[in-house]
Amino acid sequence: MGLEQKLPGFITSKLGPAVNWARKFSLFQYPFVTACCGMEYMATAASRYDIARFGAEIPRFSPRQADLLFVVGTVNHKLAPFLQTVYAQMTEPKWVISFGVCASTGGFYDNYATVQGIDKLIPVDVYIPGCPPRPEQVIDALVELQNKIQSESWDKYAYERRRTRALHEGLSGQDPLKPSVP
Amino acid sequence: MSKSDIKKLGRKFRKVVLDTSERLGMDTALIDKDAVREILEYLRDEEKMQYNMLRHLTCVDYLHRDPRFEVVYVLYSMSNKTQVVIKAAVPEDDPTIDSVHDLFGCANWAEREVWDMYGVDFKGHPDLRRILMYEEFDGHPLRKDYDKQASQPRVELRKTERDAIEEFKTFHKQQPEQGSRS
Amino acid sequence: MTAEIEHDDINDLHTEPMLLNMGPSHPAMHGTVRMVLTLDGETVIKVDPEIGYLHRGFEKECEHATWTQVFPYTDRLNYVSPLLNNFGFALAAEKLLEIEATPRCNTIRTIMGEVSRLSDHLTCVGAGSLELGGFSAFLYAIEGRELIWDLTEEVTGARMTVTYARIGGLKDDITPDFADSWRVKRERLLEIIDDVDKLLTKNRIFLDRMQGTGIISQEDAISYGYSGPCMRSTGIDYDLRKDHPYFAYGDIDFDVPVGTTGDNFDRYLIRMEEMRQSIRIIDQCVAKMPDGPVNCDDPRVVLPEKERVYNSIEGMINHFKIIFEGIQVPAGEIYSYTEAGNGELGYYVVSNGTGNPWKVSVRSPSFYHMPAIHKMIEGAMIADIIPTFDTINMIGGEIDR
Repeated sequence: MGLEQKLPGFITSKLGPAVNWARKFSLFQYPFVTACCGMEYMATAASRYDIARFGAEIPRFSPRQADLLFVVGTVNHKLAPFLQTVYAQMTEPKWVISFGVCASTGGFYDNYATVQGIDKLIPVDVYIPGCPPRPEQVIDALVELQNKIQSESWDKYAYERRRTRALHEGLSGQDPLKPSVP
Repeated sequence: MSKSDIKKLGRKFRKVVLDTSERLGMDTALIDKDAVREILEYLRDEEKMQYNMLRHLTCVDYLHRDPRFEVVYVLYSMSNKTQVVIKAAVPEDDPTIDSVHDLFGCANWAEREVWDMYGVDFKGHPDLRRILMYEEFDGHPLRKDYDKQASQPRVELRKTERDAIEEFKTFHKQQPEQGSRS
Repeated sequence: MTAEIEHDDINDLHTEPMLLNMGPSHPAMHGTVRMVLTLDGETVIKVDPEIGYLHRGFEKECEHATWTQVFPYTDRLNYVSPLLNNFGFALAAEKLLEIEATPRCNTIRTIMGEVSRLSDHLTCVGAGSLELGGFSAFLYAIEGRELIWDLTEEVTGARMTVTYARIGGLKDDITPDFADSWRVKRERLLEIIDDVDKLLTKNRIFLDRMQGTGIISQEDAISYGYSGPCMRSTGIDYDLRKDHPYFAYGDIDFDVPVGTTGDNFDRYLIRMEEMRQSIRIIDQCVAKMPDGPVNCDDPRVVLPEKERVYNSIEGMINHFKIIFEGIQVPAGEIYSYTEAGNGELGYYVVSNGTGNPWKVSVRSPSFYHMPAIHKMIEGAMIADIIPTFDTINMIGGEIDR
């Protein structure tokens, strides 16, 4: 628009991309560490690979303070309700990375104990293959997630929440969403 | 050293020690299951033996063999640095054996594990609950007649894209069979 | 008089024990263990640990795999030191087959096992200090572990889950320049161990949290089947590498550090000293590495050379039968034990003479350390649970299998 030239120190943008830009570089992660992959998660977080370079440095050990759930390792049927609880406790917007093949598909544990992929329990945004994945793969997945966040609609969570609430309250006869959708 | 121990045990408990063997350097005694407490206590407290450490407690399921189960105690003498293996056969129709949790501390959890995985009941155990599986689990997964993939989910599983692919595959597998029959 | 009144006041105070649930997803619970604590103020009255949140059906999977296919599953038992688990299972199967590994194979197994032990202890010390609030020591320890994993990657091709051992030998020989690579890395490793030592061993906060907490007596340690650093911290020099030498440990000179009190600080010190001893063991092994083949000369278990597979029908059939039917292990059962990072790692293996094991039961050290946790933390403060848990070094994959 040429505004930047007239007013140095300002940039112009749309609200959506600006919010998404802020979100994608301040991911607070909750590591749901269960198994072997946790060792590679530690390596990714430590000095050599340094996940802080990608704006996801601080693990928050309370799901209420986190917006990125790392499911690191095998999830079995005994643990399944806890994973769902943790996911439900996270505030929106929230994203999930499935770390390693055990979390993604159950891996080579195809038996009575393991859940065949955490997408049977919660929705997943990015899957990382590998048993366990190398730190480079983890960082790549993080960048993929950032791209995804950038391309999302910034207020889709608010919209969905309003719609669910409206459905719960039984107001589906009229469309209560119309006026409030931006 | 321990060779004489196992022979001594056989001589002393002639009625309940059914068989002894020294194959592959493992001094093994097969005993009557009702005498397990008596024999383990003797091995632990006898002055010259002092098998005071229970290294391992497990169970083997010999399906289609009578008696079906075999509970295995691996004992170690800290002073003589020798090892004996005591095995007690447990039949399928009466899968019970005396608990030794008060003789060896670690037997508490190990017996819980055997109960969980094989369904062998330990009489006199103070707290015989499931340890690796969850309370609502039905059956004993390490029995040979328990199907490997028979999982019992605690929570309702979501439908995923993979399920649709698998359904598609099985549908196409079934089609030619139906065609050939008609 | 006043004392009596105070006493009455305390009795009249309305207190009741509080239930607190720790885990299964808790940063200090080393993976997934749940502890239901009964608390009186900050004092722990009763603890009820619940495990099984990482039960992955190890035994069931092994029963449906061939003998060689068991190795990847053993990697994921104690995932911090996978090589030690590999070699433990290889030893058990070799005892059943009544074959002996070659001297070179034994030396390589000793070296790589100790490399793995270094990684195990570094992780334990580093993660322990992290959970007590010392982030710097964690970063140093992880730097050391990365060096070790680089070395493991050079030799085995993978950082963590290596599957390096085979029955009767190894996947491959070590790299020709292993000695040089080790010489460079050992200098830095010794520096790192010294740095961690300086950061922690005389640190007032660290001492206060570690000394005198999580004490276990000798009688309890024996009764609960303790082994490894936890057993040695009570003053019993129970080390299977010394007592029942296997691989090349019989010809090697090393010391077994032993504690006195059985508290957390002793277990920490023992791990620090064992790392130095491990470096000593590797140095000796590298210096006197015997020549010769890595795999033993037994066509029942060892795959033929690729040249024979492609150029002769016998070699082809041999290869085919070992891969498809599995190694035919004679019927029998064995309890084989090695000294893993945390203690005695035993395999009770039953074969019925076919290509699949009938049963592979693991005696994992963690599973025998955890039942006695109530002896260590009942009556202690809630904050003492964290260092006790660290120094026991409970590993989820090993305890739940």
